[in-house]
Amino acid sequence: MEKFTRHTGNAVALLHDNINTDQIIPSREMKRVSKQGLADGLFANLRYTDSASGGRTADPDFPLNQAHADNASILLSAANFGCGSSREHAVWALQEYGFKVIAATSFGSIFYDNCIANGLLPVVLDGTQIDALNTGKPITVDLHQRTIGNSGRQFGFSLDASKQQLLLSGMSAIDVTLEYTGDINTFIARDKTLRPWVYSHQFIESTDNEHNT
Amino acid sequence: MTEHAATTLFDKLRQSHQIRQFDDGSSLLLIDRVMLHERTGTIALSNLIDDKRPIVNPQSVFCTIDHIADTTPGRPQLSRMPGGEVFIDAMRLQARALKLHFFDIDDPRQGIVHVIAPEQGIALPGITLVCPDSHTCTLGALGTLAWGIGSTDCEHALATQTLRIKALKQMRITLTGTASDWLTAKDIIIHLIALHSAAYAVGHVIEFAGPVVGAMDIEQRLTLCNMAVEIGAFTAVIAPDAKTLQYVENRPFGPSASTWPSARDHWLALRTGPLATFDSEVSLDVSSLAPAVTWGTSPEHAIPVDHAVPPPRMVDGQKDHSQINALTYMGLSPGQHLTDLVIDTAFIGSCTNSRLSDLRRAAEILRGGKVADGVRAICIPGSTQVKHQAEAEGLDTIFKKAGFQWGESGCSMCFFAGGEGFGEKARVISSTNRNFEGRQGPETRTHIASPETVAWSAINGRISDLRHCPYPGSR
Repeated sequence: MEKFTRHTGNAVALLHDNINTDQIIPSREMKRVSKQGLADGLFANLRYTDSASGGRTADPDFPLNQAHADNASILLSAANFGCGSSREHAVWALQEYGFKVIAATSFGSIFYDNCIANGLLPVVLDGTQIDALNTGKPITVDLHQRTIGNSGRQFGFSLDASKQQLLLSGMSAIDVTLEYTGDINTFIARDKTLRPWVYSHQFIESTDNEHNT
Repeated sequence: MTEHAATTLFDKLRQSHQIRQFDDGSSLLLIDRVMLHERTGTIALSNLIDDKRPIVNPQSVFCTIDHIADTTPGRPQLSRMPGGEVFIDAMRLQARALKLHFFDIDDPRQGIVHVIAPEQGIALPGITLVCPDSHTCTLGALGTLAWGIGSTDCEHALATQTLRIKALKQMRITLTGTASDWLTAKDIIIHLIALHSAAYAVGHVIEFAGPVVGAMDIEQRLTLCNMAVEIGAFTAVIAPDAKTLQYVENRPFGPSASTWPSARDHWLALRTGPLATFDSEVSLDVSSLAPAVTWGTSPEHAIPVDHAVPPPRMVDGQKDHSQINALTYMGLSPGQHLTDLVIDTAFIGSCTNSRLSDLRRAAEILRGGKVADGVRAICIPGSTQVKHQAEAEGLDTIFKKAGFQWGESGCSMCFFAGGEGFGEKARVISSTNRNFEGRQGPETRTHIASPETVAWSAINGRISDLRHCPYPGSR
């Protein structure tokens, strides 16, 4: 996973509530079993006038197509950003396009966790803070300090300590958890006596060679 | 499991799976079962294979093909998505290579993940289940702690049999009053989302409780929990009761006969204790609710079917832009009545409303009737088993005689994946869960409702008030 410590970049704002992952990357733009090649389909329905027929004509009204958004790496939004489908492709597409930070007043729960899993930093701020950052000036985010701001204003934001640590280290969450393998195995051994009914199908199924059907 | 008077259902589910708790309030939980589909499961499996990480317990993993399977009658093609075969082929190869349970497209157990999980006894009360699909919250209806995840967290669950969840707030939604015969769980959940907002329960686990929930059959409870994600919740749960036990007993992947008594005792002890408290309590009297239909492009844009489309709400002295955009996208003006809207298509299907009882109730409305001229009507059973059961009861004949296409099971046109769609500006009444812009096709206008309202609207050729339908079955 990409390590995140500190980032400075330009921001672009999409200040609507409930921007969902279908909008971030339409299903038809997910063409391969791959995390790559998704940036082209980012916000396809909004970004292009003719994406439905496979076209790529930029819609000049869409903020990402405007000059101020060139090289933007910070996205400002409103409530419930990334709600809807669990597709992690939304995060992969945003990252491939160049976004490093998404600041919004709240996030869809699965999208938020998907951001953490990939090193895209989700920052929860209130609406007035988002407005204060939406000035066209470069924004700096410091994950050690958990601060976000521009030359005018700076705000703190909260993030679970374990998530902060994961992002700062760039470690895989799987490797972190595998350090607890002993605890996990002890828990399962005890669980098999407490909840034998969870495991009973595994013995029945061992005689059912369904993979040859 | 001991019953503690001050402990909630969710607390008990979490505690019985908690391997470790961390200083920031997050917990490492044991994951009992994982479900995968071709669209998002394959990327998780291919990453694990590339990283040479083994799946700890392949027997706890269940795969199927639902999202982009061809659902037209007889499945003339493999996938409804142009190029979609790569996902289906990948799922087949991976599931077999890794020795996972796999219900292929022609397996009688195939179907939408959230329909087959209860049907096959994969989802059970008192277990944790995850799936890289946002509607996994559906399964909370059984007292399963089930939630949707991304593909990377799915790799984590497969490689470690655990997942870490953050500290969550708890919200109890108590449904009281007397539900009219025609009122469905779908109307109730749409009403709740519209009343409170699509982000209302962000960061919360919802427990649905109260006499109206107790009176619902399991399939209605599945519909209720299915749309918990549309109100922003992490997931939803309902305490197991006698109906749950009756539903779960003798399912293929459920407890063996010898372990059933311990399972039953465990499940009945899960209910929230009388002294437990929640971070927030919501109560809704359903007695006066009307059938609910969405007018806009978020499930929160919904009104009683007999109401007029509202003007955009004011936010900080300005008209809400997302509502203005929604009106434009839907081709509507404030003051228009939903019941004046002519429909092009009626769709019954999806993990929200495609179970046997949904199809039975829709068929009662369609029996002896005809879909209005010019309306395209489609019914997609949620699983192959639902399809077979419906056909054994003759429901397929009722649908087909009424003018519905009777398809093969899968997610179908709940979402557009390229290929055939409903068309630009086509107005669709749909028993699905999302009316997002473009969800069912470029510029397609989706109105979400119960399958009964979809069926009644199909007959009338416009969005229709189910309360004006002659007594079901009497026509």
